[in-house]
Amino acid sequence: MTKEEKQELRKAFEDIPGTRVFTPERSRMGYHLNIFCMTLNKEEGRQAFRENERAYLDRFPMTEEQKQAVLNREWLKLLDLGGNIYYVWKIAACDRKTMQYIGGKMSGITEEEFKEMMLSGGRSIIGNRSKTSDY
Amino acid sequence: MAKIVGGIGCSHVPPVGIASDKGQTTDGYWSPLFEAIPPARKWILDQKPDVMIVVFNDHATSLSFKMVPTFAIGVAPYYENADEGYGPRPIPHYEGDDQLAWHIAESCILDGFDLTIVNELDLDHGFSVPMTVMFGEVEKWPVKVIPICVNVIQYPPPTAERCFHLGQAIRRAVEEYDEDLRVMIAGTGGMSHQLQGERAGVINTEFDIKYLDNLSGNNIENMKKPHLEYIRESGTEGIELVMWQVMRGALDERVKETFRKYHVASSNTAFGVICLENDN
Repeated sequence: MTKEEKQELRKAFEDIPGTRVFTPERSRMGYHLNIFCMTLNKEEGRQAFRENERAYLDRFPMTEEQKQAVLNREWLKLLDLGGNIYYVWKIAACDRKTMQYIGGKMSGITEEEFKEMMLSGGRSIIGNRSKTSDY
Repeated sequence: MAKIVGGIGCSHVPPVGIASDKGQTTDGYWSPLFEAIPPARKWILDQKPDVMIVVFNDHATSLSFKMVPTFAIGVAPYYENADEGYGPRPIPHYEGDDQLAWHIAESCILDGFDLTIVNELDLDHGFSVPMTVMFGEVEKWPVKVIPICVNVIQYPPPTAERCFHLGQAIRRAVEEYDEDLRVMIAGTGGMSHQLQGERAGVINTEFDIKYLDNLSGNNIENMKKPHLEYIRESGTEGIELVMWQVMRGALDERVKETFRKYHVASSNTAFGVICLENDN
């Protein structure tokens, strides 16, 4: 792949609506946020987080903005600050929420509406391929 | 001599494992999927496999951004089910064919595929759900396993074409192995789904059906498809379908489809299962 092709590809990712491809830039920005999320895999991490969320977050070299987004459960913002969905989801799981709950939160509908949408065939790809055209 | 006797493509949605573990497979939500599976299980057992190579991805369970191997191979004699936050699944552990796995690692690396060698790896739903789909509820798995782990979470994942060529290298390795073993290979993940962002929940049935058709027809179209097309058409998590190309690459050029089930939706995902038999 040529240099130009690689650059074009990255630009094309940004044209997909409602989508954040987990690029090196996002990975760099979100590393400590994601590593914090990873600690919620273990019961001791979940307990410590539940007991005092702020104090637990302060153990990690995350930005203040990232910490606030965790405390406020701002799911899209967490993605914008470099969170990866598989990692950020661990916060929701710690809250005993489902992937369909945050799917709804991120797309502005309720969990029930999200489930309904999936049962009736999912979100249509038509009109969801490109920010710049509606095919 | 060892040989590859068939391949399976299978989605790995976590709730499918949970439904099986909780005895919910006959519930209205799950029965359309589970009722369709028995012929696939029968076909797999009829092939009398000794070893199942499972191509999957870890979902921030045993691996994390601390270290992201593009391709890794498990060479252990034993694997546990991972605790993904709600306790390990109550299903048997896995016996690995460590000797064959080491042989594949050696052969692939000398062939130009620099696999990361892994001795300890708790296996998450990416691995365990396809095992449940393929073999059902068992007291002991009827096969030894070899996990092949692919990075599909951190961009850039390997291309579909590279995955296909890895499958070819695995096949060459298996066919060089002296023991008479019947080996099957499963490519897992997909089909169309996106978990993240405002576009969460996107499903592209037309894309998925074409992908399934191409596996026994014009697979070159699947193999040559760039990342952009997988992600735009089948969702950011639909990119997992590149792992099915490892499976496809390990099979004959001509294959016969012996089973297919496509179901929308299991949780947030289009669930696909396909069985492919070598036809040369």
